[in-house]
Amino acid sequence: MNNSHPGLPEFDYIKPASLADASRFLSEHAKESMPFSGGTDTFVRMRDGNLSPRFLVDIKGFDETKELSFHSKTGLTIGAAVPMNRVIAFPDAGRVYPLLVETARSVASYQLRNRATIIGNICNASPAGDTIGACLVLQGALTIHGEGGLRNIPLTDFFLGPGRTILKPGDIVIAIRLPLPPRNSAGKYYKLGRNKLSDLSIVALAALGYPDETTTSGFRFRLALASVAPVPFVPQEAEAILAGNKINTDTIEAAAVAAMNAVRPIDDVRGTARYRKLMVRNITRQVVSAIWNEIK
Amino acid sequence: MSLHRISLTVNHFPEQVDVPANMTLLQMLREKLALTGTKNGCAAGECGACTVLMDGEPVNSCMVLAVECEGAEIVTVEGLARDRQLDPVQQGLIDAGGVQCGFCTPGMLISARGLLDRNPHPDENEIREALVGNLCRCTGYFRILEGIRKAAEMESGTK
Repeated sequence: MNNSHPGLPEFDYIKPASLADASRFLSEHAKESMPFSGGTDTFVRMRDGNLSPRFLVDIKGFDETKELSFHSKTGLTIGAAVPMNRVIAFPDAGRVYPLLVETARSVASYQLRNRATIIGNICNASPAGDTIGACLVLQGALTIHGEGGLRNIPLTDFFLGPGRTILKPGDIVIAIRLPLPPRNSAGKYYKLGRNKLSDLSIVALAALGYPDETTTSGFRFRLALASVAPVPFVPQEAEAILAGNKINTDTIEAAAVAAMNAVRPIDDVRGTARYRKLMVRNITRQVVSAIWNEIK
Repeated sequence: MSLHRISLTVNHFPEQVDVPANMTLLQMLREKLALTGTKNGCAAGECGACTVLMDGEPVNSCMVLAVECEGAEIVTVEGLARDRQLDPVQQGLIDAGGVQCGFCTPGMLISARGLLDRNPHPDENEIREALVGNLCRCTGYFRILEGIRKAAEMESGTK
């Protein structure tokens, strides 16, 4: 299954001069070409025989994909070619979106993060993707360039299954935009792994909590669980419990149990489904309690 | 599959190489330039044995295509010592006894060099975080970390 020979299968490398050229090429060679940026998932999947594009189209060279910017009214824009380390080092990212930076720092290793990108993490669409949960709870939206021009998609609508997204042949995800987080929000990422850093998660939870006068409890929690379902998973019932009931130990426990009951994990090399379900409960309880102590 | 002619700098020397699209930087270094200090461990970007500096930053060379290196400055383990003087990361690792089979060592040295270039006074956690992507099966890491601490002290002149 895993091939540790350093070579890749044959393909042709295309480096378009512009985003428009890239999009045109990908449309004209729709079933046999793929865009790539860092390549850290693409190359591995090609070596394993799971992907065999005839053309790889390098999208790193465009202003649109290299953009990394923050505006105090509209939020953070991260282009598809921005390596994770650039995001981690970006002062406004750490200042305004510490949860995103926390998840990015948990990915793989420093040298891999010099090539890997957040957009790539999203497009690879693994339920274990570390930065995906943060982007979900931070209400990210993708800008996609396709045959019909540009369109924006909320990240919540993006995933269809493990490795499957709503992207069509010819599409290029240009950037993700994260709006300003809610005022006085606090976030936390708990990544349970076989080691302290770098492994794929057994279970992970990205959570954001903030005061919200529109809810019964006066607070809202946004939760995203990794490695517990075919897609990055938002436990909606758990969120509803925390919005609809005065928050105390019992409410938090009820939300944790609801999250445990909602997930559909599998057995795999990193853990059993049963273990994952129990950890979802424990981690949800622990993380929500920690955030609650900060925001109450 | 067509060949691409790329121009780049490797260990401070200009090179021009013809490479197919599917050749990784790792393969180009080892097979076209006979720089076999950089090792293939996993071909998946997980073990760090293939780590080199690309424009000053550590990367897994098995995860970079040679064609992506047009205009790049690459430094491999062979390029650390200058004018017959060992780099402090090399001397530090020797002094600490942090080499057994030596297979992880080139990658460790490059990651350490990259760390000290961007952070001359790393604390223990920063050293560990910088080396997360360099696996060693022999040493248990203790003496490797000690070697990097020694190198940092040598370079900053403090103890």
